[in-house]
Amino acid sequence: MIPKCYKKESLPHLFCPGCGYGVILKSLGFTIDQLKIAHQTVLGLDIGCALLAWNLFNVDTIQTHHGRTIPVMAGLKLAKPKAIALALVGDGGAYAIGLQSLLHSAHRNDPLTVIVVNNSLYAMTGGQMAPTTLEGEITTTTPLGRDCQKTGLPFLGPETVIPLTNQFAYVARVSIRNPIVLEETFKKAILNQMKGKGFSLVEVLSVCPTNWKTDAEKTFQFLQEMENYYRLGEIKKPKEGE
Amino acid sequence: MKKGLFTGNEIVVKAAIQAGAQLMFGYPITPSTEILETFAEEVAFHPELRLIQTEDEISAGFGVIGAVLGGKKAFTATAGPGTVLMQDPISMAEAMRLPFVGIITQRGGPSTGTVIYSQQEVTLTCFGGNTEGLRFVYSPSNLQDVYDLTIAAFNSAWQYRFPAFLLTDGYLAKVKGEVRLHQPGYLASTKEILGKEETIVNIRNTYSTEEELFAVLKKNLADYQKIAKQVSRYRIYQKKKVNSLIFAHGSVASACLAACEEKDGLVLFQPLTLRPFPRQAAKHWAKKAKKIFVLESSAGQFARLVKEALSGLPLNIIEYQRPALGITPKEVLEWVR
Repeated sequence: MIPKCYKKESLPHLFCPGCGYGVILKSLGFTIDQLKIAHQTVLGLDIGCALLAWNLFNVDTIQTHHGRTIPVMAGLKLAKPKAIALALVGDGGAYAIGLQSLLHSAHRNDPLTVIVVNNSLYAMTGGQMAPTTLEGEITTTTPLGRDCQKTGLPFLGPETVIPLTNQFAYVARVSIRNPIVLEETFKKAILNQMKGKGFSLVEVLSVCPTNWKTDAEKTFQFLQEMENYYRLGEIKKPKEGE
Repeated sequence: MKKGLFTGNEIVVKAAIQAGAQLMFGYPITPSTEILETFAEEVAFHPELRLIQTEDEISAGFGVIGAVLGGKKAFTATAGPGTVLMQDPISMAEAMRLPFVGIITQRGGPSTGTVIYSQQEVTLTCFGGNTEGLRFVYSPSNLQDVYDLTIAAFNSAWQYRFPAFLLTDGYLAKVKGEVRLHQPGYLASTKEILGKEETIVNIRNTYSTEEELFAVLKKNLADYQKIAKQVSRYRIYQKKKVNSLIFAHGSVASACLAACEEKDGLVLFQPLTLRPFPRQAAKHWAKKAKKIFVLESSAGQFARLVKEALSGLPLNIIEYQRPALGITPKEVLEWVR
């Protein structure tokens, strides 16, 4: 079964075999179907693997620059408050080059829904260390494994953002292992925007067998390692009644 | 028509609102800051206006892009190191043919430099970033120009869908004078690009093959070429015969104008658009002159544009360059003999 809002002519999608984006975008598509918001939604795509989703949906999309999707969507939402603004960003775009914009958008409580895909490395450029790379993980720029003494600990995006948010923010971390939870979480994050409350952030733990150089079994073993480090769940919910 | 005494930065805001701007995104930097402050005052009195004071100039520029995609006229203002950061969003606006208006209030450089005056952001504003310079760059030399050319920048940006800039400086930004705040006869319309309920729009910024990108660029370059003559503007100041011809823009043109008024035979050619450059007119006037001078407050950034426009003519061009330093009418008269 595929989401109604998928563009049939754009299938198969452009992502690598085994990529976690397949699950993420399908869940997002089902959420858009369920909320019946395909025509109000504008999906901003960061540079990196996210840009490959540019023509996957019957939903307005725009590719921006690396780390710049959040300010574009903030501008769009200010100009057109009825639009449902979604920003799909990788962990490098969100937590490295675009961190400043992510933090300030959360701080302003911009009414946006930000989805950050955490696959522990820079995938589009061939697997370099990202802020989210796990300790000891081998990437092309950490050939001996990430040394956290020198490069810092794996970056906790949602936990970093939360102290800056107000009582209306929704912040969660989910894994592609459970598409039902993924879809439910996307729904809550988008509804937070639609109800006019404000900012929401969903970090999705994803897989990148191409750059991890893993088979199916090892891919999910490594996802488990990520889940052990990165706490799953709704980390911050808007206060009831507000 | 209203008249009043205003600073250049206040005039920019009046002109922007007159041109239909509803949203501003900006980050404070001298000497552009009063544009942000004046717009903030306007927002306090006009509920249809909105402002985001962003975390940096990059975000300000991308905010403008988002607002433009959402169908509103929006703009930003910056200077110096801010203009450097702004190249990131400007190159995206240029690539995607989005109307984008930036007020560039030049200050001294390189780097943090000085805070008030310079003409060193010519190359950056015309050709900054990984672009082909498909931009409109207006250079005012007095406060009335600031008003008129700000409106022109909004109109040309929204009419032709290329980024447009008012390339001004701190002298013009801070000085106060009388300006006629006329209602423009023409205002380009704006409409939403994304978020329309009835259509689906997918806009890409990344191409899979060199041929795809080449085809897009070829069209954009041809479009720009086609409208260059309509958009380009200049001013000529001539008393009687043409002996020496001065090329100058912005505040330097203002000093040259005063010098021309004192000396017969001295003629000023002032491009009001640096991009597209009024090439044919420049050639036409250059052919009439015995001597040609190029004066500027940078180390040849403006002269490069002039020389490109005049290429092919057998001319001896004399350059006076005062990077980051103002030029007085007296100095003009001493140099241009």
